[in-house]
Amino acid sequence: METPLTEHIKENRPPLRLSDYEKVGGYRGMHKALKEMAPADIISLIKSSNLMGRGGAGFPTGLKWSLVPKDVPGGSLKYLIANADEMEPGTFKDRYLLEGNPHQLISGMIIAAYAIQARKAYIFIRWAYKKAEIIIRNAISEAYEAGYLGNNILGTGYNLDLYVHSSAGRYICGEETALINSLEGKRGLPRAKPPFPATSGLFGQPTVVNNVETLCWIPHIVENGAEWFTKLSITGEGGTKIYGVSGRVNKPGLWELPVGTTLREIIEKHAGGMKDGYRLKGVIPGGASTDFLTEAHMDTRMDFASVRTAGSRLGTGTMIILDDKTCPVAFIHNMIKFFALESCGWCTPCREGLPWVQKILESFEEGTAKTEDIGILEFQTQYMGPGNTFCAHAPGAMEPLQSGLKYFCDDFLKHIEEKHCPWRRL
Amino acid sequence: MLSTKEKEEIYEETRLYPYPAAACIDALKIVQHHRGWISDEAIEEIASELDMSVEDVDSVATFYTRIYRKPVGRNVILVCDSISCMVMGYESMYKHISDKLSVHFGETTPDGRFTLLPISCLGDCDHAPSLMINDDLHNNLTINSIDEILEKYQ
Ligand SMILES: Cc1cc2nc3c(=O)[nH]c(=O)nc-3n(C[C@H](O)[C@H](O)[C@H](O)COP(=O)(O)O)c2cc1C
Ligand code: SF4
Ligand code: FES
Repeated sequence: METPLTEHIKENRPPLRLSDYEKVGGYRGMHKALKEMAPADIISLIKSSNLMGRGGAGFPTGLKWSLVPKDVPGGSLKYLIANADEMEPGTFKDRYLLEGNPHQLISGMIIAAYAIQARKAYIFIRWAYKKAEIIIRNAISEAYEAGYLGNNILGTGYNLDLYVHSSAGRYICGEETALINSLEGKRGLPRAKPPFPATSGLFGQPTVVNNVETLCWIPHIVENGAEWFTKLSITGEGGTKIYGVSGRVNKPGLWELPVGTTLREIIEKHAGGMKDGYRLKGVIPGGASTDFLTEAHMDTRMDFASVRTAGSRLGTGTMIILDDKTCPVAFIHNMIKFFALESCGWCTPCREGLPWVQKILESFEEGTAKTEDIGILEFQTQYMGPGNTFCAHAPGAMEPLQSGLKYFCDDFLKHIEEKHCPWRRL
Repeated sequence: MLSTKEKEEIYEETRLYPYPAAACIDALKIVQHHRGWISDEAIEEIASELDMSVEDVDSVATFYTRIYRKPVGRNVILVCDSISCMVMGYESMYKHISDKLSVHFGETTPDGRFTLLPISCLGDCDHAPSLMINDDLHNNLTINSIDEILEKYQ
């Protein structure tokens, strides 16, 4: 089984330096792209690979790049941004890639920037990833020294500068337009779309924002081709995915596996199954803003299409396990509290609705909820559903709530009937 | 007044962007790094350095959770209270720290040694429960390990 993204990552040793990474094939894709391929060829290649964004939404990467105008009036400044803000609760995959192999990301960014003809690129990294930031900054210096960044890269006449911006908190800054505002030094409020960043993004210029894991794929696809990429997956969606599991399993962690690996294999084999004395009650498959799956979905193949069919989203591919000793209402309440706290406050349904939902869930835990409250919660999942808010934050928050109400309705009702949380000893 | 060092560091950041105001967040972080927090004076100093209004700088400063507009202790403990850490028992870790130091979330010990704050998912969920003290991540926490960890920060 091939594991292109992680094969050179070894825990308990520092990441490969540039020269060592080159000895095992690093930067080969970049040489090929810049020397042998025109920007348009790279975009077609990525399109034909069908690579879908690993940041959560699964948007086709080649298509995103192709929306960037070729000729920009008034100078040709375009931007590429690596989204390394990773703040989705339960998600820890980009940290692994950043700390484990910074040159993979940098070489991917050079190719991506060249493909859209960006002259400047930024890595927007989460403040908490201090170790990753140091590693990335050192690797960038190495890349400048090697002549892979700066002016006239590999003698091609192509220039690229790569900068790091360390964030100052707020989950919403991971949303690409809020990220762009934050990078401009402003409050991290999302922007109206359209215009999409591809036409008007950072400082009003065409901009592509891609997730770290997405960008790490680029050198491998350039080097090995689209067909190779497709064949890596079980279900034809292409590639491998870094899947992760946290919660009460025997071996929490992350693993690079073919796209389409089943939920059962990931949890039972790789994560070692549930800890003694715990049973699996639900799974949040791809970070807090995805719908629950249950025992009944264990044979779901973890790719974008199959998880959608199962009623959820692949999201970030890092799962959180709800076990039978944890109260599902408390579990959902915790996530809603996060979303309420992290709401940027710009639009009313989210700013007012999330704290409202939070209070109702609190009343369930305190044993003061009434039967009508279930109806109010259901109404809120519609009210803050897709299309009713300014960005995808609140609809994301509603995903675990709406599916939680569906799968754990009895548990909600028990809180009302027994006037206390059945999971808490009185 | 911004120190020479602060000015130099802010200047380095402004070079990464087309105009100085774009480095506002970086400037806030730099000044906070040197002074521990962002006072009203610091807001004014950054505003004049970056050619921004005081209100604009303050609106940015108050938006971001990692910018402190009030003084904090010498060490800041950030306890992850998000979902995986909840499942793995952050609440008892919090209670232990809170009892030991006699502070709740949002408070600073009278000797100024620690400020205790909650934090959203630290991206370390497979090693939950996790917390950060200053720039250091500590994970797979147990009541015993917390006591040892706290000792390192005076
Ligand atoms: C509230 C919110 C938070 C997000 N946070 C992140 C994040 O931390 N990292 C990330 O890569 N994408 C995040 N996204 C998705 C980005 O908006 C964007 O779709 C993604 O970075 C694009 O990269 P990709 O096409 O390579 O997946 C977030 C979206 C929303 C609505
Ligand atoms: S949905 Fe929430 S986070 Fe998004 S713009 Fe509205 S208030 Fe802000
Ligand atoms: S939930 Fe605590 S580190 Fe992710």
